[in-house]
Amino acid sequence: MARAAVLGRLTWRVGTVAALRDETATARTIVLDVPGWPGHLAGQHVDVRLTAPDGYSTERSYSIASAPADGQADPPVVELTVQRLPDGEVSPYLTQTLAVGYPLELRGPVGGWFVWNPDGPASTRPVLLVAGGSGVVPLMAMIRERAAAGSRAPFRLIYSVRDPGALLYGDELARCEQAGDGVGVRYVYTRTAPPGSTEPTGRINAAILASAGWPPDQSPAVFVCGPTGFVEAVADLLVRAGHGAGAIKTERFGPSGGKP
Amino acid sequence: MSDYMDGNMLGGELAELFSMDVTSAALTCVSCGASWVVAQTRVYPHAPGVVARCPTCDAVLLRLVRGPGRAWLDLRGVTCLQLAVPAQ
Repeated sequence: MARAAVLGRLTWRVGTVAALRDETATARTIVLDVPGWPGHLAGQHVDVRLTAPDGYSTERSYSIASAPADGQADPPVVELTVQRLPDGEVSPYLTQTLAVGYPLELRGPVGGWFVWNPDGPASTRPVLLVAGGSGVVPLMAMIRERAAAGSRAPFRLIYSVRDPGALLYGDELARCEQAGDGVGVRYVYTRTAPPGSTEPTGRINAAILASAGWPPDQSPAVFVCGPTGFVEAVADLLVRAGHGAGAIKTERFGPSGGKP
Repeated sequence: MSDYMDGNMLGGELAELFSMDVTSAALTCVSCGASWVVAQTRVYPHAPGVVARCPTCDAVLLRLVRGPGRAWLDLRGVTCLQLAVPAQ
């Protein structure tokens, strides 16, 4: 399966919207039936192409949110979580117009670097996931894959989010933590914290990475995903804390908190 | 300035052209000699095509332009691509 996911030329294929799930006021999960889906790895993305009646066409990349196991079901299921951008060209269609039964053209799975594989050679290493906003989506696929594969690799997620209303997968992450089998989550609210929170609001800093992450001598695999400025800042902090640049994998989705 | 994305986004376009995942390949910059994984390069998608630049020295590494029925891949800034090949 892993080889199928990373080898072979890709072409566009058509999925069908099987279900839609609102995650927040501005983010929606699109559940797609994708016949012939070749399987994917946690962390990969797909390119989505929209074509207007006049032939104008545009593409965007969206991370796959679902675990690879769902892509091996019959029919194969692939979930994307899309954050609506106020000035977006594609995301308003995907989050407001797209309905169950609609076709959606996609190319994927894409990317073999920003992936976590429970069968890989480093699969028992501790894992640090650092998310900025909707950058949590490919990291959620990794958390879901950990559970689906029965992995015991210790995971820690540091999730920077504007306010509680913008939190993606909040209930599911709470269940993961309560299961007590090795997934820890630390939320960092940048604007408004939930009532009763004792943590100050603000950006991720060195102290938070040190207390909620893994020390460099445990050689964690690190995945950072978010807006470009967020990823640069976090990667710099991690390198300064002593993490090897080669152990930090990053995915940036543009300047403004969303894929353009 | 952070008006760029990264080489992860090149994956789909390159996967239409090549049978292997090129975003995991390591490259060496012609201009400064630094080595980076393609996924780590700075990608500017606003041009008519996409331009990937070296995170160390900002030199242009590659350009990829698509037209109807054609693709142009200019690798002028890359001395070498190192790809992981599955053992036979």
